[in-house]
Amino acid sequence: MSEALAAEETMTQDEALVEAHRCLMCWDAPCTRACPTSIDVPGFIKQIATDDLVGSARTILSANILGASCARVCPTEVLCAGACVLNDLHERPIDIGRLQAFATDDVVFGGGPVFSVAPPTDFNVAVIGAGPAGLSCAAELAQRGHDVTVYDANEDPGGLNTYGVASYKMDRTTALAEVEFIRGFGVGFRQGVSVGRDISVDDLVAWHDAVFLGVGLGSVPPLGIEGENLVGSVDALDFIAGVRAGDVDVVGQHIAVIGGGNTAIDAVTQAAKLGADRVYLVYRRGRDEMKAYPHDIERALTSGVEFIYWSAPIRVEGDEEVQSLICERTEHIVTADGSVDLVAIAGSEYSIPVSMVMRATGQEKRRSFFDSIPGVVTDDGGRVVVNDDFRTGSDRIWAGGDCVNGGKEVVNAVAHGAAAARDIDRTLRSESQGSGA
Amino acid sequence: MADLSVNICGIESPNPFWLASAPPTNTGDQIARAFDVGWGGAVWKTLGDPVENVYSRYSSIDLNGQRMAGLNNIELITDRSLEVNLIEIAEVKRRYPDNVVVVSLMVDSNPDAWDTIITQVEQAGADAIELNFGCPHGMSERGMGAAVGQVPEYTCDITGWAKASATVPVFVKLTPNITDIRTAARAAKNGGADAVSLINTINSITGVDLDSFTPRPVVGNQSSHGGYCGPAVKPIALNMVASIAADPLTEGLPISGIGGIATWQDVAEYILLGSTTIQVCTAVMHYGYRIVEGMAEGLSNYLDSKGMESVNELRGLSVEKVTDWQSLDINYVVKADIDQDKCISCGLCYIACRDGAHQAIGAERGEDDKTKVWIIDDLCVGCNLCSLVCPVQGCITMEERDFGQTHMTWNEYTSDAPPGDLIPRPKHDLTIGERS
Repeated sequence: MSEALAAEETMTQDEALVEAHRCLMCWDAPCTRACPTSIDVPGFIKQIATDDLVGSARTILSANILGASCARVCPTEVLCAGACVLNDLHERPIDIGRLQAFATDDVVFGGGPVFSVAPPTDFNVAVIGAGPAGLSCAAELAQRGHDVTVYDANEDPGGLNTYGVASYKMDRTTALAEVEFIRGFGVGFRQGVSVGRDISVDDLVAWHDAVFLGVGLGSVPPLGIEGENLVGSVDALDFIAGVRAGDVDVVGQHIAVIGGGNTAIDAVTQAAKLGADRVYLVYRRGRDEMKAYPHDIERALTSGVEFIYWSAPIRVEGDEEVQSLICERTEHIVTADGSVDLVAIAGSEYSIPVSMVMRATGQEKRRSFFDSIPGVVTDDGGRVVVNDDFRTGSDRIWAGGDCVNGGKEVVNAVAHGAAAARDIDRTLRSESQGSGA
Repeated sequence: MADLSVNICGIESPNPFWLASAPPTNTGDQIARAFDVGWGGAVWKTLGDPVENVYSRYSSIDLNGQRMAGLNNIELITDRSLEVNLIEIAEVKRRYPDNVVVVSLMVDSNPDAWDTIITQVEQAGADAIELNFGCPHGMSERGMGAAVGQVPEYTCDITGWAKASATVPVFVKLTPNITDIRTAARAAKNGGADAVSLINTINSITGVDLDSFTPRPVVGNQSSHGGYCGPAVKPIALNMVASIAADPLTEGLPISGIGGIATWQDVAEYILLGSTTIQVCTAVMHYGYRIVEGMAEGLSNYLDSKGMESVNELRGLSVEKVTDWQSLDINYVVKADIDQDKCISCGLCYIACRDGAHQAIGAERGEDDKTKVWIIDDLCVGCNLCSLVCPVQGCITMEERDFGQTHMTWNEYTSDAPPGDLIPRPKHDLTIGERS
């Protein structure tokens, strides 16, 4: 099913040409400025229009090695397409995401090498985490001739691209094809290795000339309410991973998802598209306070999801399996000092009959893991502190992606990984020149 | 509702919209269907000695997604028998007595050949004949078509033969593949032509197949130059029409304008520059006969808006507005003006002016992170380029400036007694590195 949905989004050549010819080819293009990886959008669209797909793919992938997955998962409505000047002309903006998929798919799905790899250096780098940040860093380093090994705890590489992005946005096949494309640069992958448990960071620092931390965030922690141990009460990310593995059946079920961010929206939309009978998004505040993107909220609504605002879960009920979610109504009140507080309304308890409750209330930071690494410092929010070149407090360790920004888009992680790789490359080469002189 | 009927060298036509001699006028059935939807006349696809055509005959230029911005063909004259064509001409004239049927002809260069065929088509009922002195491929190598049109003496002589035989008006169709179209028109007039039709197609190769290296249209593993037509050639044709209309030596010679006509605006332009009727081919090959409906409606509405009761009032009004460069007012000043409320911040005017023109537009990222552009008035030469590239209707306009200057042509300026001062020109004399 996910494959079919993904295929439906793919452009035909005719469609791509019509769309490409709509592009005005702006100077100092706002779409490029809005892209965290600064893809030359008018440039690659012109190449599509002139039937140079290899050139178009190279334009995209040289700025963003995960261009194929970003084409699918980027919130283009608030990035490139949102900045498109056609919006101001009261026209539909250029469909940059789907054009980007059209341009990159052939290459990423085995269309042959489009980049050369620099002559080998004597340096080797460990990348921890095979998600977007780690893949981006590894690809950039490998292209620059360094020996790169990626250590990753999961069975398959790709991180959230493989396990955590809703299937209706991107399928597992695309995520893994992209990994194979990067493996083609000579990157080595060691899957099923959990750094911190199977190997220590100290060992990796000792074995390698540099280490990049792209470990992302942890799981969604329990809410701390009664009944969360019942069968059917799950982490929304585990649900999405299960869907991607193909072993989830929600047909006919009633499901509640707790949270107001992008993961919550992904989970409800995914559940609705998979045939759940009724899907509720339960959020303790109102629509204006939701962190999810407006276009994603629209898609959830049109998929049949019911939004329950101003409600907080207080208990999950059932025998062994979930039977209902008990919530109470909430409201904002203005306190004596003028600040706004969220409070429960007394006596407003009510029950939603569901067989599944998913929590999408934010992933845990890996604070204890980072605290164990000498020189690595986290801030109050549990995020790894880095300088402008993504170097941590340790002069051998760089970091990027969700563990640094607290959880943003794939494209942000790609930008971090590539920038860190450039600094690692610069650092290693200058040190070697220094020692040789 | 304005009157669209016209009279060209004595022939009454219900409107100025004719089909050009080409594939859309290959058969009587086609022409009948064209008349049914409103075409006033048709020039029958050229008759002559039988030919055989090649397979694969057309190729085209697409421009940024617009199909057939220019069309090229290597098709010859009719490959149907003369007998069949004559029967169909007679049948069409019987069924459509009020529509104009002009028959295009091309035969060997001897008076008897012309006399024979002219007599036959007149007997069939043709309202006029059109001498095809323009076909640029296939026939020209056999001493016909453009081979005649490119030599004024041949044009004059053969027109004379045709006139000696014909009792109906004789149109001469001119080839644009020459240096000065007026020479050809003068030759036709000297030979006695009643009208000229122009332009025929322009010698062309539209492109090359980048895999086989064979130019298009592909015939086996080779191609041949063809004749180019369609929207891309309209400016070339308009210039030729205007230059004949303005030429004192061909004064009063009626013109049937041809080249890239697809809309009522195109028709109006051809008529303004001196055409009495117009002929269409490519647009019909692209969209079919029914485009004439919009042309008729649009032209009529336009004439109404101008307070004109007849299309004849429009004819030639722009001819005197085409002059030599030396006669232009070099003290006329316009400068670009950007309507900031309409600007969408694409920056195209800025880069076009900076790289392609006169560095008279400034740009920076505004506080809202959008590109902000402005005209540097002192440097603007009023070239129009920014207004041409701007994708927003009415965003960049060219504003006339009054400095109290006097009208002055180049000839006057360089004379012993100029009528006034040349107003100062913008200076573009920065050397590399002086730019801010």
